Amino acid sequence: MAALVRLETRLSRLREEYFLKNRSVDEDRKIVYKAAVKIQSWFRGCRVRAYLRYLNKMAISIQKWWRGYQSRRYFRKMIKTAYFIMKMNFYNEMAVRIQKRWRGYYVRKYTHNYYALKKYLEAISLNNEIVRNELQEYAEMNEKKKKKKDLEKKEKEKKYKARKMHYLLSTEQIAGIYNSPFRKFPDPMELLLRQSKPLSHRQQQPKSPFTYDLYDWPTCKRPPAFPTGEPLPPIGRQKPQGPFRDAAEVLRQRYKPLEPTLRVAASISSPLEKAREEMKREEWRKCIHDNEFLPFSSYHKNEKYELSIHASEKIGKETYGIKHFREVQPNKWIAGKVSGFLLLKRAWSLRLML
Amino acid sequence: MFEYTIFLCVILFFFIFQLFSTHEKMSRKTAVLQQCCPRANFISVEHLRFLQALITWKSVISLLRPLLLDVVPTIQQTAALALGRLAYFNDDLAEAVVKEDILPQLVCSLSEQNRFYKKAAAFVLRAVGKHSPQLAQAIVECGALEALVICLEDFDPGVKEGAAWALGYIARHNSELSQAVVDAGAVPLLVLCIQEPEIALKRIAASTLSDISKHSPELAQTVVDAGAIAYLAQMILNPDAKLKCQVLSALSQIAKHSVDLAELVVEAEIFPVVLTCMKDSDEYVKKNGATLIREIAKHSPELSQFIVNAGGVAAVIDCIGSCKGTVRLPGIMMLGYVAAHSENLSMAVIVSKGIPPLCTCLLEEHEDHIKAAAAWALGQIGRHTPEHARAVAETNVLGTLLSMYMDIRSSEDLQLKAKRALKNILQKCTYLPALEPLLHDAPPNIMKHIVGQFSKVLPHDSKARRLFVTSGGLKKVQEIKAEPGSLLQEYINTINNCYPEEVVRYYSPGYSEMLLERVENYQPVL
Repeated sequence: MAALVRLETRLSRLREEYFLKNRSVDEDRKIVYKAAVKIQSWFRGCRVRAYLRYLNKMAISIQKWWRGYQSRRYFRKMIKTAYFIMKMNFYNEMAVRIQKRWRGYYVRKYTHNYYALKKYLEAISLNNEIVRNELQEYAEMNEKKKKKKDLEKKEKEKKYKARKMHYLLSTEQIAGIYNSPFRKFPDPMELLLRQSKPLSHRQQQPKSPFTYDLYDWPTCKRPPAFPTGEPLPPIGRQKPQGPFRDAAEVLRQRYKPLEPTLRVAASISSPLEKAREEMKREEWRKCIHDNEFLPFSSYHKNEKYELSIHASEKIGKETYGIKHFREVQPNKWIAGKVSGFLLLKRAWSLRLML
Repeated sequence: MFEYTIFLCVILFFFIFQLFSTHEKMSRKTAVLQQCCPRANFISVEHLRFLQALITWKSVISLLRPLLLDVVPTIQQTAALALGRLAYFNDDLAEAVVKEDILPQLVCSLSEQNRFYKKAAAFVLRAVGKHSPQLAQAIVECGALEALVICLEDFDPGVKEGAAWALGYIARHNSELSQAVVDAGAVPLLVLCIQEPEIALKRIAASTLSDISKHSPELAQTVVDAGAIAYLAQMILNPDAKLKCQVLSALSQIAKHSVDLAELVVEAEIFPVVLTCMKDSDEYVKKNGATLIREIAKHSPELSQFIVNAGGVAAVIDCIGSCKGTVRLPGIMMLGYVAAHSENLSMAVIVSKGIPPLCTCLLEEHEDHIKAAAAWALGQIGRHTPEHARAVAETNVLGTLLSMYMDIRSSEDLQLKAKRALKNILQKCTYLPALEPLLHDAPPNIMKHIVGQFSKVLPHDSKARRLFVTSGGLKKVQEIKAEPGSLLQEYINTINNCYPEEVVRYYSPGYSEMLLERVENYQPVL
C-alpha cells in the first residue's frame, strides 16, 4: 500500500515525467538518429569508394594489358615492314648491280660502240680538215688563174694599143710625148712603142652573115643582112684519063664465074677422117643415157666409205651443256666493227681518185 | 623597090623596139609614136597613153602578120623577130599575137624554112610562152611542140638553142605542160644537146631539163631514164659559171623528189666534185651546189651519212661562213636536215664546227626567213642528248633565240621556229650557266622548261646549288608566280626542297619588309 501511495504522489508528476522523458528521448533520438545516419553514410561512402578504387584499379589493369598487347602487335608489324623494306632495298641494290652490268655489256656488244664512235668523229674532223685544205687550195688556184687571165688580157690590150699608136714613137729630132727630154729615162709606154710592130692597112673582111655569135641570135640584137650565099666551085674540073676498055669486056671480066680445080673443090679432110666423124655423130645420136656400163664385179668399188659413229665424231666429251650454252651470232656484234668507218674508207678512196 | 621600103619600115620598127626595151622616158616614146603612127590618139594621163600605145602596137601586130608570108626571106625573118620582141615585152601583146592566129603560121613554116627563120620563130614561141600558163597552153594546142622537137634535131646549134629555150619556158609553168613537152619526145634530144660542144646550148639544155624535172617524180624519172644524169655530172667540172649553175639546179630538181632518184644522182659520183662548187667565186653556183647537197641529204640518214663522210658538211659550213643573204639559206637547211636524222650525224655537225656560223647567221641576217631557218637548224642539232644541247648552249645562242621569240616585230614563222627550237634544246639542256640568264626574261611557257631543268639537276649537284644561290637564280625563282598545282609550282617546290628553309625564306620576296615589321613589333625586354 505504501507503494501505491508513493506512486499516487508521483502520479501527478508522472505525466510530466513521462512527457519529459519521452520528449528528451525523442530529442535524443533525433540527434542519435542523425549521428547514426552520418556514421552510416560515411561508412557506406568508404565502402563504395573502396569499391570504386578497386574497379578503377581493375580497369587500369585491363586497359594496360590491352594497350600493351596492341602496341606489341603494331610493333611487330612495324618490324616486319621495316625488315621487308630492308630486304627489298637490298634486292633492289643487287638487281641494280646486275642490271647495270648486263646493260653495259649488252649495249657495248650489240648496240653502241663508244670508242668506235669517238674514233669516227675524230676521223670526221680530220677528213673535214683535209677537205677544207683541198678546197682552199682549189679556190686559190682558181683565183690565180683568174688573175693571170686578167693580167694577160691587160697586157694584150696594152700591146694592141701600142701597135695602134705606133706613130707616137719618138724620133731623133722630135721627142715623142712619152719621151720627154726632161725625164731621166723614157716612159715604159715608149719602150712598148719601140717594140711594137705597126698594124697593117689590110682591108677588113666583110663580115659574113653566117658568122654571127650564137648568143646574139636568140635576143636578135642585130638585124640580118641579105645573105650573099657561098661562091660555087669552079667549073673547069680535071678530066678523067682515057682511053678505056670496052664496057662489055670489063663486065665479063668482073663477073666471070669461078671454075675451081678438083683439089680446091674437094674438102680438106680425107675420107677416112670424114668416116670417123660420121661414126661419132651416129653414136652420139643413138646414145640413150650417159651412165657408164659397169660390170658387177667392180660396182661396189665406187661405194663411198662411211665412217662409223666412233670415228665420225670428235674425241672427248660433248661440250654443249658443259663448256657453252648459248648460240652466238657474231654478225650481230658491233664491237670491233663500225658501219660509219667503211663508208669513210670508201670516201677516202674516192678522194684519191679525184 | 617595094620590098626595100617594107624592109626599111621593119627596120624602123626594130629601132622602136630598142627604145621600148631600154625603158626610156614616155615623152620620147610618144614622139617616136607620133612619127610613125599618125593615127594614134594621146590622152594626158601617162597610163592611158601607155595603154593606147599598146593598142597601137596590137594593130602593128596585125600589120606584121602578112609580112610573115612575104616572098623575101629576110623580111619574113625580120617580121618574126619583131613579133618576138613585141611579145617578149608585154603579156598583153603576147596574147594579141596568139589571138591574131600567127602561131599556126609560124609552126607550119617552122619545118620548111632556113635556120634564121627557125631561130626567129623559136624566139617568138619562147616570148609568148614565158608569160603565163594559158599562153603556153595556147602554144601547145597549136601543135608547136612537135615542130620545136624537130628543130631540136637540126644541125645548127643556134636553132637547137632557140628550140630548147622555147621548150624550157613552156615546161616551166606546170606539170601538165611539162608532160606535154615530154610526150612530144623532147627529152632524149635534150640529152643529146647537152653533149654538144657549144656552151650556150649546154646551158639552155640543162636549164630546160631542170624545168621539166622540177614538177613531179615521174617527169624526173623520165629525164633520168634518158641517161641525163651521167652527162650532167660530167659537166659539173666545166669552168663556165652559168653552166654550172644550171647543171647543179637540174641535178637538184631531179634529186629532190625521192630517195631512189637521190641515190641515182649520188651514184653518178658527184661527190667530192660538187664540193669544189662550194668554193666557186660565183654566188649562185654556191647556192645551187648547196641546194643540191640539201636535196640529197634530206631524204635518208644513209645519204646524209655518206655526205658527212665525204666532207660535205665542212664544205657547206665554209660556204655559209663566206656568203651573205639568201645564198646561205640552202646551206643552213642542209645542216638542219643532216642533224635531224640521228644524233651521231648531229654530233658530226657539231664536231665540224657547224654551230658558230649558224649563230652568226642568226645575229647578222636581216631577213626573217633566213633567221627562222637558222633557228630551226640549231633546234635540230641540239635536241638529241644533253651533250648536243650543251654544245649549242655554250655559244650563248639561247638568249638570242629567246629574244627573237619575244620580239613583236619578228614574223609568225620566226617566232614559232624560235620557240620550238628553244623548247627542244631546253628539254635536254643540263648546262646551268647557259640557262641562268634566261631565267630573267622568259615568258611562262618557256619558264617552266627552264625551271624544270633546274629542278632535275640541282638535287644531285652541290656545287651547282651553290652557284645557283650566288648568281641570284634562287632569288629569281622565288619571285616567279605560279598557280598552285601546276607543273611550274612543282618544279619550284623541288628546287626549294634542295635548300634549307632559312635560305629559301631569306630569298623570298618581301623578306626584308618582314624583318623590319618584326623589328617594329618587338617589345624590348627591359
